[in-house]
Amino acid sequence: MPQTGAVLPKPRGALSEALVAALVAGHESGPIDVAPGSREDAALSLWMLHELCYRGYVDVDDRLEFDPELVRLRRRLEDDLERRLRERWPGRPAEAAERGFAEALFAMVEADDSPSLARFVQREATADQAIELLQCRSLYHLKESDPVALTLPRLPVAARAALAELQYDEYGGGRPERLHAHLFAEGLAALGLESQEGGYVDQAPLEVLEQNNAMSLFGLNRRLRGASVGHLAAFEATSSLPCRKMAQGLDRLGFPAEIKAYYDEHVEADAVHEQLAARMICEPLIEAEPETEDDVWFGAWTCLDLEARIARHLLERWGAA
Amino acid sequence: MNERTPDVVICPGGPLLLRGEHLIADDDGTEHLTTRPVSAVCRCGKSATKPWCDGTHKVIPEKNRP
Repeated sequence: MPQTGAVLPKPRGALSEALVAALVAGHESGPIDVAPGSREDAALSLWMLHELCYRGYVDVDDRLEFDPELVRLRRRLEDDLERRLRERWPGRPAEAAERGFAEALFAMVEADDSPSLARFVQREATADQAIELLQCRSLYHLKESDPVALTLPRLPVAARAALAELQYDEYGGGRPERLHAHLFAEGLAALGLESQEGGYVDQAPLEVLEQNNAMSLFGLNRRLRGASVGHLAAFEATSSLPCRKMAQGLDRLGFPAEIKAYYDEHVEADAVHEQLAARMICEPLIEAEPETEDDVWFGAWTCLDLEARIARHLLERWGAA
Repeated sequence: MNERTPDVVICPGGPLLLRGEHLIADDDGTEHLTTRPVSAVCRCGKSATKPWCDGTHKVIPEKNRP
């Protein structure tokens, strides 16, 4: 049994309860034919199943990652998530054909007028609200870049070389102390917060779980490689300027230098990555495998949509919408 | 794909991408060593982290972008 990894989250309904029981019970799971009690219950269950593919859980058999019954459940939950994400997607933008992917992507991002959590943190957030946001972000930032790393071997030559180049930077360029997920962990630790992966999953709202699940869905399924790099491109293209605002907001609140350093690093890193992702990864993928183009756009739009849903949820809860 | 991939790429309306290690002299002659596999050098002149790009070109009027 592994001694490292996360602690299992608290169940949020009948399905996640049955799943926790199956994970604890051990090496072969029987069928889990329990309907999710809510979307949150389904999302948490899928997040738990995906976690088996990343770092696993203390005292849960690592072989369960490919347990046939758990894979069957994962497939059922992934299909449902993918169907709902696709239903929300309005389709490829009209100007994509004439402007090319990169220019049309930057135009789509520029036209996006969804509420911005970074702007709220920059100007208004209280320390408690900023901490709640960092806790929500920790689900992804502590495994930053890991979902799209799963896409790497599934890409054609030019796109693969470019993603490897981008990820070399994400993973610290050979220096563990510069690895982005580690910078975030240092920031959390400096604030006296939990820096273990998944440490705040019990607090994560549905929208945050679904954002993480979508990235894992895209990364783990070769067929969705287009959506995976499309998501990456939109994520990077909405990072530099918001990270500057986050850094200013955390500075305003007197937060430690370590957490601000994470955001400062991303102002500069993502100004590079947004160009690499759009021009050197997505465009060459679309050129080599034109059948992926719709999915590249689907992934990019879904990235903006998932973030907008998180922003609306948190700002409404804080009475700031 | 036997032709060489460029190491310097000018992004329309955005920065100049530079692959590898380089020493860059800015407007004042101050030297900056690149720290990443690929670096983005500001071309719009408005970056707060010059000589590096910080994405500011995206918030200036389109006609003023490089």
